[in-house]
Amino acid sequence: MLDFIARRLVAIIPVLTVVAVLVFLMLRLTPGDPAAVIAGDNATSDQINDIREKLGLNEPIWTQFAIWIGDILQGNFGESFFFKKTVAELIAQRIEPTLALTICTLIFAVAISVPIGVMAAYRQGSIFDRIVMAFAVLGFSVPGFVIGYCLIYVFAIELGWLPVQGYVRIGVNFWQFLERMVLPSLTLSVGFIALISRITRASVLEVLNEDYIRTARAKGLSNRVVLMRHALRNAAVPILTVIGLGIAILMGGAVVTESVFGLPGLGRLTVEAVLSRDFPTIQTVILMFSVVYVVINLLVDISYTIFDPRIRY
Amino acid sequence: MSEAKKPVLEVRNLSVTLPKGADREFAVEKVNFTVNPGEIVCLVGESGSGKSVIAFTVMGLLAKALKPSAGEILLQGENILAASETRLRELRCTRMSMIFQEPMTALNPVMPCGEQIDEVLNTHTKLDAAQRKAKIIAILERVKLPEPERIYASYPHQLSGGQRQRIMIAMALVLDPVLLIADEPTTALDVTTQAEILKLIAELQEGQGTGVLFITHDFGVVAEIAHRVAVLRWGELVEMGPTEQILSRPVEGYTKMLISSVPSIHPQHRGVRKEGITVLRTEKLGKVYSGKSFFQKSRVVKAAVDVDLDIRKGETLGIVGESGSGKSTVARCIARLIDPTDGKVFLGDTEIATMPAGKLRPHRRKVQIVFQDPYRSMNPRITVGEFIIEGPMNFGLKREEAMARARKLMETVRLDPNALDRFPHQFSGGQRQRICIARALAMEPELLIADEAVSALDVSVQKQVLELLDEIRQRLNLAVLFITHDLRVAAQICDYVAVMSKGRVVEYGSAEQVFGAPRDDYTKALFAAAPGRHWEFGKFATA
Repeated sequence: MLDFIARRLVAIIPVLTVVAVLVFLMLRLTPGDPAAVIAGDNATSDQINDIREKLGLNEPIWTQFAIWIGDILQGNFGESFFFKKTVAELIAQRIEPTLALTICTLIFAVAISVPIGVMAAYRQGSIFDRIVMAFAVLGFSVPGFVIGYCLIYVFAIELGWLPVQGYVRIGVNFWQFLERMVLPSLTLSVGFIALISRITRASVLEVLNEDYIRTARAKGLSNRVVLMRHALRNAAVPILTVIGLGIAILMGGAVVTESVFGLPGLGRLTVEAVLSRDFPTIQTVILMFSVVYVVINLLVDISYTIFDPRIRY
Repeated sequence: MSEAKKPVLEVRNLSVTLPKGADREFAVEKVNFTVNPGEIVCLVGESGSGKSVIAFTVMGLLAKALKPSAGEILLQGENILAASETRLRELRCTRMSMIFQEPMTALNPVMPCGEQIDEVLNTHTKLDAAQRKAKIIAILERVKLPEPERIYASYPHQLSGGQRQRIMIAMALVLDPVLLIADEPTTALDVTTQAEILKLIAELQEGQGTGVLFITHDFGVVAEIAHRVAVLRWGELVEMGPTEQILSRPVEGYTKMLISSVPSIHPQHRGVRKEGITVLRTEKLGKVYSGKSFFQKSRVVKAAVDVDLDIRKGETLGIVGESGSGKSTVARCIARLIDPTDGKVFLGDTEIATMPAGKLRPHRRKVQIVFQDPYRSMNPRITVGEFIIEGPMNFGLKREEAMARARKLMETVRLDPNALDRFPHQFSGGQRQRICIARALAMEPELLIADEAVSALDVSVQKQVLELLDEIRQRLNLAVLFITHDLRVAAQICDYVAVMSKGRVVEYGSAEQVFGAPRDDYTKALFAAAPGRHWEFGKFATA
């Protein structure tokens, strides 16, 4: 088991290397000069060149890469071109709303989608099942910002139950924090709920055809026990896998959702950094997202062993 | 069996309707029979005869599409068909229990075995945790599982197939039900394990006076265990009576045909021919699987060790053995579907065990395999014609020539040549296996390997396919390597037999010698475990 974890952690290194190279190259090979953005509309080419010199952008591309990697290995993520702060500071400032949003969304999505997926499987072909499946298709196909604006219109503007947008830190006022989390998490979780409820339904349906479910019924167990104790646990592995992979969707969705609801999180930081060609910030945020993604999926793999005793690493 | 006691199970006039669009109206039609206390009643029939449907109807576990439409099922006088779902749940495992065919899949893989038995007690009794534990340990001892405490905490995948079936039996009998339904409980087990499980069921049922409804397709098992036999065909009860009477003096034509189809365990005298040219010879053939891993200890499994075999033209060599004995590994090494790790394989004079893939290709044609499951070894999306001609065309035959050959071969395997443009699902299991044989023959092989090729077939179909294989062998003077776990089948089709155990050939000789006077202890044990070995199934005229 420890071997397995060690091996998987070592395997992060090549993943990060590839991500680092790709991000670095793509930023430099796409048009758009950060120096020009910083210098403003009326700058002369000399001024721009001065700024380029100062930012180290006139070095050959491989030298720039080597400097950047060297800094990272020393724990230095560089200084933002645009925000006049170190990237580490920037991220520390912006991480809370994103973390809060993803965790709320995860809890929300799993709490809703797993039970409805199980029920849909148990009542396969019923009206309930069809509604769930229709919702799943809808949830997948409607873009997040549409859902977001619809929710804002109904719950914030028409009904006035919740604030339109903005963020209050969790330590400042917990109640206000929660109020402002409801609509964004709901928005972000729609696609996730659609995904997990579908996979739960499929996975439970498959398990319900297994021989041991027949055995459980032959023992005289009630439907509830058969479903919850025998079926769901056996269906857990594919569900967990999809939850792990779905984290990527959450991270992508956070960018849009944070913009719609005015949350000062990493998603919005990314958008702002991209628009202003803030290379160090973009690079670091993307590297961080990939680490998070790999680590979460490692955790998912480890969690399999809790649900299925046959899986041993 | 005392006549004074009331039957534990009476099935009266039972009909179960099939959904619309099925090949017949009723899964089971107007079936009548009883099971008395302490009695084992066998329901025998081929696939689709409705025997499992009866079992599931009694338990109230029928698939939703099937509906009992007439008759009644009385469990100690109580009509189960009229019982509510709640009442049925109360009866399950307390008065009627069921064990299933596949012990590998019938237990929940993520729950320890003890807990799975505990669920039964927890649901149906008011015993406290300590009492339940004591009762479970006691029943685990009764089904003769070693170290009950360890087994209690084990997960199903940590136990063998036989042990899992014992767990199932323990679970079924822990509350002393009056009726035990056993649905092919030993079909998936090796013959020696099967013998033990059959003995266990008989012992427990006799001790408790349990009535047993035993479902099987195997007349060997019937001869071994049944008090009375009911023969089913297409959902109708054809004939019923005491075992001895049904097996030796059947009245109905169908019963006669079924019993006549059971291969004898005594090999027929075929005469040993030594004159043929050697087609295949293996020399110290071996296959070792090793799980190489950087961080873990490497695991080594010797699937085949020092296997020396030879087959001449026109001969059938059988490899018999239990699961995991290495018989399929040897077949696959010979066909180079997997690469042997030791030894040599001579095809004629050519050594192919170590030949690189590129050079091997022309030799591929010479060895062809027919696999066990005709349902899964054919591509469902191509017609059987395409299926047959694909091989020859890969070796350069023109389409028209290949098609002509396919038509001829369809006649050889006694199928309509005009059926070449149909798809696999339009054929029955036996017909598919014939098509698989035709496909193998289309390559004009020198060696035909049949890997459990008749094991998935009903006994009457099995007989036809075996006869066909033997006829083809004679007509084409073909060398056949026949892999089987079924001793009766081996006795009938093989000239020579190699008995394998744990990757090694433990006995090798002519069929007459191996079956008539086995020398090796393992071979003796294997034969001693064959169900119904004392019974010579008669060959009845089925006019």
